[in-house]
Amino acid sequence: MMDNRLTTEICGIRMDNPTVLASGFLGTSVDLLKRVVHNGAGAVTPKSIGFVPKSGHPNPTIVPFNENTIVNAVGLPTPGYKDMMPELARYGEIPVPVIASIYGSSPDEYATIANFLNDYDVDIIELNISCPHRGDGILFGADPDKTREVVRAVKAVTKKPVMPKLTPNCDCIVDIALACKESGADALCAVNTYGPEPIRVPGFDNPVPGFGKGGLSGPALLNTTLGIIRDIYSATGLPILGMGGVTYGADAIEMIKNGAVAVGIGSAIYYRDMDVFKKVCNEMIDIMDKQGIKSIKDIQGGYLK
Amino acid sequence: MNPVPFSVRRVIRESTDSFTLILEGYLRSKPGQFVMLWLPGVDEKPFAVAYQNDGEVAITIEKKGNATRAMSELKKGDKVGIRGPFGHGFTPRDNSIIVAGGLGIASVLDLAMTVRNSILIQGARTGDLLLYRETKELLERIECMKNKILYCTDDGSVGEKAFTTSVLCNLIKEKKPDIVYACGPEIMMLKTFEICEQNKIDCEISIERFMKCGIGLCGSCVINDQLVCKDGPVFNNEKVRKLTELGKFARLPTGKKVELKEYYAYHS
Repeated sequence: MMDNRLTTEICGIRMDNPTVLASGFLGTSVDLLKRVVHNGAGAVTPKSIGFVPKSGHPNPTIVPFNENTIVNAVGLPTPGYKDMMPELARYGEIPVPVIASIYGSSPDEYATIANFLNDYDVDIIELNISCPHRGDGILFGADPDKTREVVRAVKAVTKKPVMPKLTPNCDCIVDIALACKESGADALCAVNTYGPEPIRVPGFDNPVPGFGKGGLSGPALLNTTLGIIRDIYSATGLPILGMGGVTYGADAIEMIKNGAVAVGIGSAIYYRDMDVFKKVCNEMIDIMDKQGIKSIKDIQGGYLK
Repeated sequence: MNPVPFSVRRVIRESTDSFTLILEGYLRSKPGQFVMLWLPGVDEKPFAVAYQNDGEVAITIEKKGNATRAMSELKKGDKVGIRGPFGHGFTPRDNSIIVAGGLGIASVLDLAMTVRNSILIQGARTGDLLLYRETKELLERIECMKNKILYCTDDGSVGEKAFTTSVLCNLIKEKKPDIVYACGPEIMMLKTFEICEQNKIDCEISIERFMKCGIGLCGSCVINDQLVCKDGPVFNNEKVRKLTELGKFARLPTGKKVELKEYYAYHS
């Protein structure tokens, strides 16, 4: 696992390997996050932290509705940032970089949470401006002006690297990525789930998930995502945490060749279990052995050179 | 996995607060596993498969919140969705003691019809809450495996006036079971586990936590670093030893970790 060839870096934060637990998966408790690290993750993103307590949407919340696509509308459950203190106070126990994902319903709310996190062991602030199934319908990440407002508000209160998470569900994701760069974002996380879509299942009038529609993820989305990563990397040159369909080591290599410095893994936990992080790393090493690649740093953005 | 449609064949009233849905169909479920039962337009919740007859699946439900109350109004011919069975169930072994408290009986009933030469200790607050006690065909299926049922109640209205764990305490030395299984109130299961540890006897308990996805992704049902939906719901003593939150803390739907008392207040 500790193979130097997989070492990477995002905003100066060193990672032993490029696999990152994507936000929304398993990140409820420090104990569980430590178990994910034990299973090979190079960095982890706990569940998004919101301004006020939220229980999320009714079940079913996550439905793998065909062989290579999962639909979800979990609804960003959160104790609210103030009640996160007991958990946050233990983030120091997590032996890899911690990416804190935050969301709010106004730039002020994002800033308040980011400011609060200054006192805790958080390495990068991820701005979730892209959840496709919020009850209040606010999607900052589809509008370059609103995106700028959120990024600026957060940059003003924190010295930690700030990484907006982009949605593919907008008119032009390159415009959003450029807006992030202009307003001081240090990195980009791309992309959140696709949709939202209502998924019809045989035998029922009601679609799944329970919310009525949900974001799509899973292996089916990989190729579309790779194109997006390439576009926003060539437009901004920012470090990118790429995610969307990464399931195997070969997918991770492709993501990196298209411009990512690290890869998010979430849905693949369903397909390959919690040790998918280890599996992906081992597969990357195999491919690198065969292709004579000395370090993933040598292939990062390779398709654009 | 998509929800699969199942029709309601009938609804059996079990007590003031509980009922059994009899669904048409078959599930390849093992004792102690659970299914996600979807009431379209309302919610989806995890339940044990209490038992199966030829082409019938029985799910016993306690009326607790909006979803379970809506489920209690289901009628013959109504359609529900089933995903599963999910999770790790019990490891059936003969010469066991099964401890069931309250509605916990629904999670061990199938087990009590599977193992042999065992004793089922079924307890509840009052006699009315001793579910299935008058369902002859179920009792026969338990007894034909050379299993015995001992009833106990807090008020003494049926069976011994005692807690299940004190019955277990008296029985365990005499019976010398190969394993003890338990499902019921968490404090009862913790006590059962402690009794087994003292007597160096294997133990498996079925744990409940607020569950969302049911398939090991969202982390809502976490206890320490274990997922009740995927690693459990049944945990053996080796694993239970590490569950420092057992009997003490659980998480609300928001993810906030609270004391069990607050967790139960939220759910009732």
